[in-house]
Amino acid sequence: MAKPIEGEKRAFMTGNEVVAWAALAAQADIMYGYPITPQNEIMHYWTRLGPKFEKKFLQTEDEISAGFTTVGGVLSGARAFTATGGPGNILMQESISMAEMMRIPTVMVIQQRGGPSTATVIYSQQEVMLTTHGGNGEGHRIVYSTATHQDLFDYTIKAFNTAWKYRFPTFVLGDGYQAKMRESLTIYDPEMRGVKMVPTVPLLGQEGMPGVDREPSLLRNTFNTEEELYAIIKDYQQEYDRIAPELVEHEQFACEDAEIVIISHGVVSRSSKMAVHELRAEGIKVGYFRPITLRPFPADDLSGAIAKAKLLLVVESAEGQLVKLVRQNLYGHSILPIEGLLKPGVGVTSEEIVDKVKALAAH
Amino acid sequence: MSIELSMPKSWRQETKPHKFCPGCGHGLVLKALGRSIDELGIQDKVVFGCDIGCSLLAWDFFNVDTVQTHHGRTTPVITGIKRARPDRIGVAYMGDGGGYAIGSQHLVNAAMRNERITAILVNNANYGMTGGQMAPTSLPGMKTETSPYGRDPEHTGMPMQGPEMVAAIAREGAYVARGTIANVRQATTFIKRALENQMAGNGFSFVEILSTCPTNWSTNAKDTWHFVEQEMPKYFKVGEIKVPGTKEE
Repeated sequence: MAKPIEGEKRAFMTGNEVVAWAALAAQADIMYGYPITPQNEIMHYWTRLGPKFEKKFLQTEDEISAGFTTVGGVLSGARAFTATGGPGNILMQESISMAEMMRIPTVMVIQQRGGPSTATVIYSQQEVMLTTHGGNGEGHRIVYSTATHQDLFDYTIKAFNTAWKYRFPTFVLGDGYQAKMRESLTIYDPEMRGVKMVPTVPLLGQEGMPGVDREPSLLRNTFNTEEELYAIIKDYQQEYDRIAPELVEHEQFACEDAEIVIISHGVVSRSSKMAVHELRAEGIKVGYFRPITLRPFPADDLSGAIAKAKLLLVVESAEGQLVKLVRQNLYGHSILPIEGLLKPGVGVTSEEIVDKVKALAAH
Repeated sequence: MSIELSMPKSWRQETKPHKFCPGCGHGLVLKALGRSIDELGIQDKVVFGCDIGCSLLAWDFFNVDTVQTHHGRTTPVITGIKRARPDRIGVAYMGDGGGYAIGSQHLVNAAMRNERITAILVNNANYGMTGGQMAPTSLPGMKTETSPYGRDPEHTGMPMQGPEMVAAIAREGAYVARGTIANVRQATTFIKRALENQMAGNGFSFVEILSTCPTNWSTNAKDTWHFVEQEMPKYFKVGEIKVPGTKEE
């Protein structure tokens, strides 16, 4: 069978289409999903493209089921994924908490929409806390925040490898703007770029007679005593702390002499980038920092980037969710004041950021 | 002198005696399942999922690959496995709360889609693990922790008749039956047929088994047996309800 993408080629498509192509390029076997805007077209493209490459799809009765069937698919050794957003993201937290507890390498693509509640089907960055720390646990998960369609392609592929290598549930955190807008990017066969897909293995249903040829796989998420649970969570935390330095990713520029550092993630960071270029052209000492992994958070990199700063400006399409992550991760390393340009559920333009920085610089 | 233990071959001897309460019916249901697995020779093909509630205690019951899921979520987990790996034989094991209350949407839709899995639901007419609350299957007038004066159908409806509902919505090819631990031989036959139906690729297979909960019913052995053998079948009719290839009445 031909590969979904031979070599590499330029494309101009929506973000949702990009995710479907990336999952194909990553040799995903099956997608489970439930309709919710703004992620629907991931399913639309997957169901059109998939059968040509013997890929499967199951439309479930809700996102609870989409999450748990994904868990089942992964347990059986399939490279399985799902996608959702907003209220669907809430419902999927239950299955993610099981994946966290049992180290099941699920991959979920989140296209953020306005919240709380049904809110808007359009856009926000309000699912940061939910995606990084949802569930009744410690947030042992990995979250990539994408800014461009190229990111969506690259990090969807990467998410499968991160999940299967480290065995923590992994998210690609996009948003409705990225989902719906068209943009050019290069799609490619990962192998051609030297990216090898981490092989998947069945966690249940291995070969051989259980109890005779091998021990049965007996997987549980319930424990009898506090101490049993304690030992496991401590072990997970230790493992998470150990791998975090290998996982953290960020992007920064113009921070070396910056007096104000702008911190933003996802699609908003594109406006921040433009604003920093404009402000620098006017001689204002401003820097750019973008965490790509929101969990684990690139705390050391951020500490380094703000060494000369007098002020931090967090810009996001939420009422302070990234601010919380920044505060939490800088505590003890910085006593700089943190200003916010906070626009829950609304996009942020570079002009707004330029104006805000100028107002702050004038003080 | 060695003692020959009368256990299904697929049982995991290291975890016996099991952890269910004295007089609980789960052990008999799992014996019926174990015998069926043995007779069909499918121990290396079965993937067993157990729900939360008393069912969770079955997580290390068999020498069969097993996953403990969440309350009500065993049906979608086993569905996900079966969709990705159709060569496996998926068994979703749950109680009445998991199947008929918190996970009812999964049961309904698995039946609608004719998922090639086998769901086994143990009906003991109450929530056992949480201490004996009213379940969808509690009988009218039955005293539970959340219906201390007896279940009043005016307020809480009549007991859920799960197999009848599944039979009404499932397509041709589905197998639906209700057995009881008061007749283990028959229950074993039903479970075995439900597994065979999945193996033949016919469709969804669903077996409810009437069971006991003396701990929460607060009944002695005699009254426990009377309730499961005499009282429960008055409302929950025992027998095969939908069998592929036979004409329905």
